[in-house]
Amino acid sequence: MDDFVEHKMKFVDFVCFKAIIPELKSRNRDDVIAELVSALDKAGRLGNGNCEEITKAVIKREDEASTGMGKGVAVPHVKHQVVKDVVAAIGQSSTGIDFSALDKQPVYSVILIISPVDEPDKHLQAMENVFKHLQQDRFRKFLRQSREPDQIEDLLREADESPSW
Amino acid sequence: MQPGEDTLEKVVCEAEVQIKNADGLHMRPAMQFVDVANQFDCDVTVSNGETNVDGKSIMQMSMLAATCGTKLKIKAEGADAQQAINALQELVEGKHFDEPTPTEQGKN
Repeated sequence: MDDFVEHKMKFVDFVCFKAIIPELKSRNRDDVIAELVSALDKAGRLGNGNCEEITKAVIKREDEASTGMGKGVAVPHVKHQVVKDVVAAIGQSSTGIDFSALDKQPVYSVILIISPVDEPDKHLQAMENVFKHLQQDRFRKFLRQSREPDQIEDLLREADESPSW
Repeated sequence: MQPGEDTLEKVVCEAEVQIKNADGLHMRPAMQFVDVANQFDCDVTVSNGETNVDGKSIMQMSMLAATCGTKLKIKAEGADAQQAINALQELVEGKHFDEPTPTEQGKN
């Protein structure tokens, strides 16, 4: 809450590249959330947190209001004490998932964000980054076309470097 | 943005508001903002001094990263601009999105 701007967050600052799933196995919202939470856990990012409990917390938040913001993307998120920094997992579904999105359309890209309980500003900065890029048609298209975790990682790193993304 | 049909008498209203709830403009408050803005016909633009966004788009509002204490400029253009500004000001500063301010949070 110190000064002004200029503490912008980049994808590399919070996306866990080991928790990128180019083709989700799950076919429904709750399973997708569980799959992404588990990916973060396997990557060692959830400490000794309980996957099931974290998944439930994300689902509970999602039930309050869908984070399916339209344009085929959803950003399920929750604050949880297991993390000290914002951490995100990314999953893609070529078939599309029903997230009860605002535009009622299926979701193809899911970015799951777990934020620390006492750092609201960091959460906002991560969200700013996510939406800045998800706004861009080209970014969403490239994300959807990526079939390998490496491609997604490259895309995110490129987006971090070039403001035009 | 929909072009207004009442171009003859285009009302423009502006207000500066400050985010008062401790968690800032995260997704839930942003959605409340967009919901209120969408109750009016006027165009609503919100600026944090760096970025100008459409106050009726949840994705764009989420790009503001408006932390507690951030000042935002709301601009409404259209016949019901004044009503929109009043309602949005009340939501942000009066009700602070029905969320605790830092002082209220401290009491918990």
